[in-house]
Amino acid sequence: MKIKQQIAISDTGFLFNPSTGESFTVNPVGAEILAMLRDGKPEDQILETVTETYAVEKKTAEKDLHEFAGMLKMFQIIDKE
Amino acid sequence: MDKNHYDRPLITRIEAGMPGKFGLRSELPPTTHIDGQPVAELIKTYGSPLFVFSEQTIRSIYRKALKAFTTRYPKVQFAWSYKTNYLSSICNIFHQEGAWAEVVSGFEYEKALENGVDPRKIIFNGPGKTHEELVKATENGSLIHIDHLDELYTLIEVAESTERKPRVAIRINMDTGIYPMWDRFGFNYENGQAWDALNKIMYSGKLELMGLHTHIGTFIMTANAYAVAATKMVELARALKQKFNFQVKYIDMGGGFASRNTLKGSYLPGSDTNPSFDEYAEAISSALINSHFTPDDLPLLILETGRALIDEAGYILTSVIANKRLSAGRRATIVDAGVNLLFTSFWYQHQVTVAQGVSQYREDTTLYGPLCMNIDCIRESINLPVLNPGDHLVIHHTGAYNVTQWMQFITFRPNVILIDGTGETHLIREKEGRESVSGKELLPGHLKNIRE
Repeated sequence: MKIKQQIAISDTGFLFNPSTGESFTVNPVGAEILAMLRDGKPEDQILETVTETYAVEKKTAEKDLHEFAGMLKMFQIIDKE
Repeated sequence: MDKNHYDRPLITRIEAGMPGKFGLRSELPPTTHIDGQPVAELIKTYGSPLFVFSEQTIRSIYRKALKAFTTRYPKVQFAWSYKTNYLSSICNIFHQEGAWAEVVSGFEYEKALENGVDPRKIIFNGPGKTHEELVKATENGSLIHIDHLDELYTLIEVAESTERKPRVAIRINMDTGIYPMWDRFGFNYENGQAWDALNKIMYSGKLELMGLHTHIGTFIMTANAYAVAATKMVELARALKQKFNFQVKYIDMGGGFASRNTLKGSYLPGSDTNPSFDEYAEAISSALINSHFTPDDLPLLILETGRALIDEAGYILTSVIANKRLSAGRRATIVDAGVNLLFTSFWYQHQVTVAQGVSQYREDTTLYGPLCMNIDCIRESINLPVLNPGDHLVIHHTGAYNVTQWMQFITFRPNVILIDGTGETHLIREKEGRESVSGKELLPGHLKNIRE
């Protein structure tokens, strides 16, 4: 998963896609995942960080991450692999 | 070290200018307790989904409705509409408050008798009464509201065979300026059918005419329609007085008052726009008070409102089974209560709140029930916080019609409980099991063995 280069992300959870003019908000867990994606971290490392930081089981975090990734794809924020 | 609270990662597109002309969507606070009882505990004890009724709410709404009428008109009687909710515990709360019974089938008639209602205080409505039921109601002295001429003639036969005078009223349908006009029940006012039926009753000498009955429709959003209806009823009463020197004992205005629910397609919530009991009472009482009736011979005003008395006292507690994304990215949540339990979701936008502390992040969601049936949708679009499987939701204003019209489709009906005035819970209808569904089936011998 790689975030498109032109996407602007603020630390507080706002996203702006200059090519479409669309803006988005993400919640804190979403913002953290996006930050890790921007840093090029692989999926299993993201999952590890999320489960270490938050009170969540790995399978739930994994399921939610896949769904989140699906939304990012749909909103054209990450490149389709 | 304690880990941080987890919310599912969420991304929402900012849609500027989307608030409608009535402003931003309202966010409802969680419903963690009902009448002091924690929702989570109720589900733990009685299972999910669960129907919950609040006795305190039933009594308080009943008293409010009664007060709206008795402060405007001296002789008022409510009759509890069994078809709206015929759980005996619910019926008996209304009977304890003084309501008569209004029934529309032999089954409901028997139930009212079983509940201990004086048969002379049972109003028997409906188009489908059988000969046997009419005999029984006649012998018991119940009030029989005649729906059609065939029933009128049957009752004359019953009167002859039982040598009893059935106590009757006729149901009258009429144009009150609302759409749709209900003309399938009773005799029409405008074309003279009603007057014709009254003449037949008076000339037969076999029936004891007690009153006049109308029921103009359901979920009537304008109180003025009742003023029109009451005026027409008064006209018939005046004609009876003039021609036969006969005084009707009661005028039954039926029901049809809107509850606090919001109809689908409405701009504003029903709680803000639907007429109050005071508005209905004002319309009906004014028409009667300002008529030819002298203060001494004002007829008893009977009201059969069901929905508006019980809707707010009923809740369905439900649990989240799963979340998913629809093809266009929209969130869908599946809960364990579907249209099998919530028949009224076909025409209401039921208010749904979460039952636990929630995330501040919300999302437009489609709320589906658990049935493998495409129409099983509780809310097409509702703004809800992020929910996880196992979270609980409270569906509000579900007291009317759902426990009488619920469907036994692919699964069982759940427990129904009542929270009494002291906060104690009572199981008032046990959940069903396989025996409830298959118990009455009979399997012919040649179908008992199947291919291995």
